Amino acid sequence: MMKKHKTKLNYRLVIFILATIFGIAFTIPSFLGKNPKVNLGLDLQGGMYLVLGVKGDEAVKNKIKSIASTIKYISEKKELFIDNLKIGKDKFSFELIDKDDTKKMDEELKKFKGIKVTKKIKNQSVIYTVSLTKKAIEQTKEDALKQAIQTIRSRLDAYGLAEPSVTQQGKDKIVVELPGIKTEEEKRNIKKLISSAAHLELYLVDDEHKVTTPAEAKKYGDILLPDKNNPKRMWLLKTPPVLDGSMITDASVGFTQKTNQPAIFFTLNSQGAAIFADVTGKNVGKRLAIVVDNKVYSAPVIQERIGGGSGQITVGSPQEAHILAIALRSGSLPAPVVLLEQRSVGASLGADSIKKSMIALISGFIIVVIFMAWYYNLAGIIADIALITNLFLIIAIMAIFGATLTLPGMAGIVLTVGMAVDANVIINERIRELIREGKPIRQAIEGGYKNAMSAILDANITTLIAAIALFAYGTGTIKGFAITITIGILASMLTAILGTHGIWQFLLDRGFKITPKHFGMKV
Amino acid sequence: MELFSGDKIYDFMGKRKIFISISLILIVLSLFSIFTKGFNWGIDFAGGIEVEVRFSKPVDIAEVRKYVSKEFKDASITTFGSPREILIRLSVDKVSPDVQKDIGEEIKKLLSPLGEVEIRRVDIVGSKVGSELREKGLKALIFAIIGILIYVSIRFEWRFAVASVLALFHDTIISLGAVSFFNIEVNLDVLAAILTIMGYSLNDTIVVFDRIREQIIKTKINDLEFLINEAISKTLSRTILTSLTTFFVVLTLFLFGGEIIRPFSFTLLVGIIVGTYSSIFIASPLLIWLGFDVNEYRKKLLEKERRKKEKEKLRKMYEGGVV
Repeated sequence: MMKKHKTKLNYRLVIFILATIFGIAFTIPSFLGKNPKVNLGLDLQGGMYLVLGVKGDEAVKNKIKSIASTIKYISEKKELFIDNLKIGKDKFSFELIDKDDTKKMDEELKKFKGIKVTKKIKNQSVIYTVSLTKKAIEQTKEDALKQAIQTIRSRLDAYGLAEPSVTQQGKDKIVVELPGIKTEEEKRNIKKLISSAAHLELYLVDDEHKVTTPAEAKKYGDILLPDKNNPKRMWLLKTPPVLDGSMITDASVGFTQKTNQPAIFFTLNSQGAAIFADVTGKNVGKRLAIVVDNKVYSAPVIQERIGGGSGQITVGSPQEAHILAIALRSGSLPAPVVLLEQRSVGASLGADSIKKSMIALISGFIIVVIFMAWYYNLAGIIADIALITNLFLIIAIMAIFGATLTLPGMAGIVLTVGMAVDANVIINERIRELIREGKPIRQAIEGGYKNAMSAILDANITTLIAAIALFAYGTGTIKGFAITITIGILASMLTAILGTHGIWQFLLDRGFKITPKHFGMKV
Repeated sequence: MELFSGDKIYDFMGKRKIFISISLILIVLSLFSIFTKGFNWGIDFAGGIEVEVRFSKPVDIAEVRKYVSKEFKDASITTFGSPREILIRLSVDKVSPDVQKDIGEEIKKLLSPLGEVEIRRVDIVGSKVGSELREKGLKALIFAIIGILIYVSIRFEWRFAVASVLALFHDTIISLGAVSFFNIEVNLDVLAAILTIMGYSLNDTIVVFDRIREQIIKTKINDLEFLINEAISKTLSRTILTSLTTFFVVLTLFLFGGEIIRPFSFTLLVGIIVGTYSSIFIASPLLIWLGFDVNEYRKKLLEKERRKKEKEKLRKMYEGGVV
C-alpha cells in the first residue's frame, strides 16, 4: 500500500513526465519517416544548394530597350518624327526633328511611369534623354528577382522534383535547395533548367548582305548570332525579332514527321498567331531563324503561310527537348542568373555523415551517462534520465517546427549532451556542499537547487547570446548548429533543473531514504 | 566519487603571475603563428572550388595530381580521411559564374583512367560570397561579444564584464593560434566553434563570478584574493567535471565524427581546454588588476537587496490592506 503524504502536488514531476511523453511521442515519427519529422539538411541526405545572383542591371537594360521601342512605335503612329535613337545601358536618347512637336512628345512621354526626361534644344530639333528614376530602377530589379524566383520555381515543379525550395536572399540573390538529387546527370539537367534564360525569338534571316563583324551588321540594322550546333557559323538576322517567347502558350516534346528528329512543338497566343501567319505569308521562300538564348537552333525556309499559330524547334536529343520545353512553358528569366555558390553532396557522403555523427553521439552519450552515474551515484542517474528526455525534446521540438537537421546541427546535439549535464553538476555540487555543512538531506536538496539557480541561468543565457549571434549571421548548415544548441539549452533548463528536482521531491515524499551516498559522497 | 575535498581552499591567486605568464607566452606564440604563418582559409571565406572524390580502391595521390593538373595546374590535392578519398581544391579564379558548367563532371572525366571514381561533394564559393561570409562571420563575433558585455554588466558589474570579455579574447586568440599552427582549414564550422567556445568559457567564468558575488553578500570578508581563491576552489569540482564531460563528447566527435567536421571538433577541443584554463586562472586575476573594490560592490549589492526587500514589504502591506 502506498503511504499517504500531506504534500503539495509535485508539479515539477508532472511537467517533467508530460515533457518526456511529449518528447517521445514527437520523436518517434521522425524515425518512422512520418510527419511531423525532422528534415535532414542537404549535407546529410544528399542534394544540391545553389546561390544564384540575378543580374538586375540586365533587367533595367531590357526595360530601357522596351520603352525605347514603344516610343519609336508611338512616334511613327502619331507622326512625330524622330531620329538618332541611341539605346544605352541605363538610358536612351533620340532627336525630335521638329521643335514644334515638343508639346505633343511631352504628352506622350508623360504616359510612362518612372522615367526621367531631360531636353536639350539643338537648332530646329530637340534632343531627348530618357532614363529611369531611382525608384523605378529599384522596382525593376525587385520585379526581376521576384519573377526569376517564380520562373525557377515553376520550372522545378514541372520537372517533378521532390520538395524543391526557392527563396530570396538579400536584394539580388536566390537560394535554391534541392534535396535528393541522385545522379550527376540529374544535377546537370537541373542546373541547365534553372539557368536557361529560355528567351525564344524568331528572326528573319538577312540573305542580302554579307558581313563578318557585329559593327558591320549593325549598319544594316542586323545582328550576328552563332549557330547552336556549329558555333563558328554565324547567322545574319534582321532586327527587331518578329516574335518572342512571351507569346508562347504551350510547348511540348515530340518528333518531327519527316526526319523523326526530337523537337519542341510550341503554340502561340492569338496575337502571336496573327503575327506569325502574317510574317510567314509575306516571306515565303525566305528563311526564318528560331533563336533560343541568342543561339540559332534552326533556320528553315518558309514554304507557305503558317496559320494556326504553332511551330516547331528541332533539337539534338529528347532530353534536351524535355528541358527546353519546360523552360519555354514556364516563361523566360527576366534577367540572367549567375552562380555565386554551390554545395552539392552525394547521397553516399550524406549517409556516411549521418553514420559517423551518430557513432559520435552514441559513444559520447554513453561516456557521459556512465561518468555521471559513477561520480554522482543516484544523483548522476537522475541527471542521466533528464539528459535522455533532453535528447527527445530536441528532436521533438525540431520536428514540430519543421527545423532542418544538418551535420553541424548533429555536432550541436553531441555538444549539448556534454553541456546539458552542467546544470546538474552545479546543483549536485551545491547539495554536497550543504550536506557537508551538516544540513538535513531535504534542506540540502532544496537549498542546492536554490543556490545553483543564478549561476545556471547566467551561464545558459550567455551561451544563448552566442547561439543567437550565430543564428542571426550564420548561413546554410551553420544555422542548424545554432538551432540545436539553442533548443538543447532551453530544453536542459526544463529537464535538468525542473525535472531532476521533481524526481528528488517524489523520492522524498515517498519516504525513500536518501543518504549522502546517493550523491556520490564518501561516507 | 569526489575528486576535490569540499573544504580545501587552493591558493590560485598567489601564483597568478605564473599563470598569466603562461597565457601571455601562449598568446604571443599564437599571434606569431597567425601573423607569420597565417590561416589555411577554407573556400567558405576565400572562395574557390572543393571537390571530394572517392575511388573504389586506394590510389596514389601523385597519380591523381598528374591527371588533375592536365586541366587545373594549381590544384591542391590531399587525402581526406582515407587513402580512397581525395580532396581537390581549385583556386577562386576557376569559379565560373556560368551556372551550367559542371566542375564535378570535369574532374570525374579527368580521373576516370585511375579507376572507378565517385564524386561525393562539390562546393563552389564565388569570391564575392566568400568576402560576404567573412563579413557576416565578423559581425557574428562582434554581436556576441557586445551582447555578452552588456549582459554581464547588467547582471554583475562592468569589471566582471571586462574581465570575462578579456578572458574570451584570450581563449579565441589561443584557439585560433592552434588552428593556424596545425594548419586546420578555417571554414564556417570553425567560426561556429569559436562562438561556442565563447559561450562555453564564459559559462565557466560566470559560475566562478557568481560564487564571488555570493560570498561578498554573505560574508564580511574584504580580501579579494581570498574571495577569489575560495570561489574557484569551491567551484573547481564543477568546472573540471563539466569540462570533462564536454571534452569527452567533443573527443568522440573528433575521433568518430568524420573528416568534414574535423576543423570544428579540433577547434572545440582546443577551446575547451583553453576556456577551462582561463576561467580558473585568468578571468579572476583580471578582476584584481581592474581594481575591483569589494567594499564598494558589497554596498551596492546590499543596497539592491534592501530595496528589493522593501518593495516586497510594501507589496505585502498593500496586498494586506486591500484584502
